[in-house]
Amino acid sequence: MKSKHHLDFLEQLESESIHIMREVAGQFEKPAMLFSGGKDSIVMVHLALKAFRPGKFPFPLVHIDTGHNFQEALDFRDYLAKKLGEKLIVRSVEDTIKRQNLTETKGKFPSRNGLQTFTLLETIEEFGFDACLGGARRDEEKARAKERIFSVRNEFGQWDPKLQRPELWNTYNGKIHQGENVRVFPISNWTELDIWNYILREKIELPSIYFSHEREVLDYNGQLMFVNDFIKIEAGDKISKRKVRYRTVGDMTCTAAVESDATTIEDIISNIIITKTSERGQTRIDDQVSEAAMEDRKKGGYF
Amino acid sequence: MDILRFITAGSVDDGKSTLIGRLLHDSKSIMIDQLKAIEKQSKNMEEGEIDLALLTDGLRAEREQGITIDVAYKYFSTPTRKFIIADAPGHIQYTRNMVTGASNSDLAIILIDAENGVVEQTKRHSIIAFLLGIKHIVVTVNKMDLVNYSEEVYTKIVSDYEKAAALIGIKKVTFIPISAKKGDNIVDRSQKLVWYKGETLLQYLENVKLDEDIDLENPRFPVQFVIRPQTEELRDYRGYAGKIISGIYRKNDKITVLPSGVESRIRKIEVASVEQEEAFAPQSVVLHLESDVDISRGDMIVNSGKLPQVGQDFEVVLCWMSNQSLVPGNKYLLQIGSRRVKSVVKTIEYKIDVNTMVKEPSPEQGGLNDLVRVKIKTASPIAFDSFTKLKVNGCAILIDETSNSTVAACMIQ
Repeated sequence: MKSKHHLDFLEQLESESIHIMREVAGQFEKPAMLFSGGKDSIVMVHLALKAFRPGKFPFPLVHIDTGHNFQEALDFRDYLAKKLGEKLIVRSVEDTIKRQNLTETKGKFPSRNGLQTFTLLETIEEFGFDACLGGARRDEEKARAKERIFSVRNEFGQWDPKLQRPELWNTYNGKIHQGENVRVFPISNWTELDIWNYILREKIELPSIYFSHEREVLDYNGQLMFVNDFIKIEAGDKISKRKVRYRTVGDMTCTAAVESDATTIEDIISNIIITKTSERGQTRIDDQVSEAAMEDRKKGGYF
Repeated sequence: MDILRFITAGSVDDGKSTLIGRLLHDSKSIMIDQLKAIEKQSKNMEEGEIDLALLTDGLRAEREQGITIDVAYKYFSTPTRKFIIADAPGHIQYTRNMVTGASNSDLAIILIDAENGVVEQTKRHSIIAFLLGIKHIVVTVNKMDLVNYSEEVYTKIVSDYEKAAALIGIKKVTFIPISAKKGDNIVDRSQKLVWYKGETLLQYLENVKLDEDIDLENPRFPVQFVIRPQTEELRDYRGYAGKIISGIYRKNDKITVLPSGVESRIRKIEVASVEQEEAFAPQSVVLHLESDVDISRGDMIVNSGKLPQVGQDFEVVLCWMSNQSLVPGNKYLLQIGSRRVKSVVKTIEYKIDVNTMVKEPSPEQGGLNDLVRVKIKTASPIAFDSFTKLKVNGCAILIDETSNSTVAACMIQ
């Protein structure tokens, strides 16, 4: 018999995340929350509502727009910020490329993942953010599995995996020197399935792109890439209209769709339960470059 | 469905990573692409064996050197539970990493290599698990396949461990004979270990009772943040946001604010903006009080009938985590929950030999990975409980104010 004073796994995760967000509000002068319009960051916003309402969020929402984002995610980003009456700051990678004379990535699927870091660091500097809340999860990738919840970065935003602070109990040390900042990951302990189950339970609204729809895609070694202006279409490319949905939402140049008829959250959850491929493995081209792709990006200042 | 957080203590040689890999693999938590990636790297593929250990090593240096450097977190679930594994390295130079992993664990799996039996490392891991107040300890005797699944070998190890555990002070231990490499008694019952009638490791992890681990008797609520919207319609709204770390709070309860000692009553409890009659650990809530008292981050709201200790002088057992030595007289910031105060380590009473539990009196200093008992004085009072009585309010960290690093994990005695 469970007593009535018992939290189930989603309630426990929720409370842990709220606690972390409130620690950020209590420990930092100028925090920000990174918000892309993807499912994980939408869950983050939902948790922030639970942590701070009826007050306003003690931080703005910040989006680093690569210029390669899906329109559906951008529209949802603007819609949600407006609906909640929270401040949204958008900074564009396009502008950074021009300003800093950066070189665009080349290739069939030119990802701006690396370039995104430049804009993120510029934005952190512009506003003097001392902490950035992000929706990364440890189950996503093995370098992330090693990162602390409060991850201290040097003035170049770099992560040094060998110099991480011990993180004990639920006691978070957010003390930093001038110029450093902390990346904070409140949903570190959630898995992909936890996120979906929470979205279902809390009836959280999502962009349409997560549900089955018809889309023109290029079949690239089994990865279904949306045909858009930023990828290079060549003779011999297999292009067709397919019923797809997105399991993750990143850039159009590096996020693949999955074939699916799922039109409800319940459908998506049963899809995920029977799927045999991991989230990033199925949908991200950018992690497949090398064994340590994510570790290298993080060391370079990436989220 | 609830959450079980556990740590695995052992070294690569004991088969720790293989054990975790096996748990993930046999509970069908590994995806095809992840399996393919490790197949590519496995050296013994010709024997048809995947090196499951590769699943847990996340950093380049770890893969290159074949060791675990830092704590990695792994996740899997079964229909009854969500599991969070803190995979920590086992060698003595990584004691602080094990302490870190143990600090958030409900349970510890201690691995013993059946060929080697109880060794120094086994004792060290057990001592750390014990000092960090881990309530559930399960000893898995691994590599049973290499000792012909012998009951005699197993029984000898169990009896050796029980003797060691009694000396440390560990009261209850569960033993399971396994072979992580062959998959015996991890998820599936072993066909070879027929003389063993107990649960498999996964059955044990699914069934172990956790409800009593949360203290519902001693209400403790560290204030993290004050919510004051200051809008026209919410001009008088003043809510204290925080997480109840133990106990139950009910509307109209008589409470005391610490360290000031001011008393009041609970006027309203909100959980995610919804008013509730009561709230309990570990919920994150907003409390409202009847009277207008001065409360800010770092204060603690407790039930007036169940007061913690309040003071500036206390003793702690700490694990030192910095390369810079701990010398009596050194000053640090002490953080307990949301409260940070200046403090000084007055004296080092003794150092605990982490392999034997033998106390070395009055060492001149404490070094990296040392466990020492010290006297601390803080600049202003803190509200605390003894770690052994109420872990959640008996734990603290020390922060070096010049480097901002976390230098010690403290268990208040």
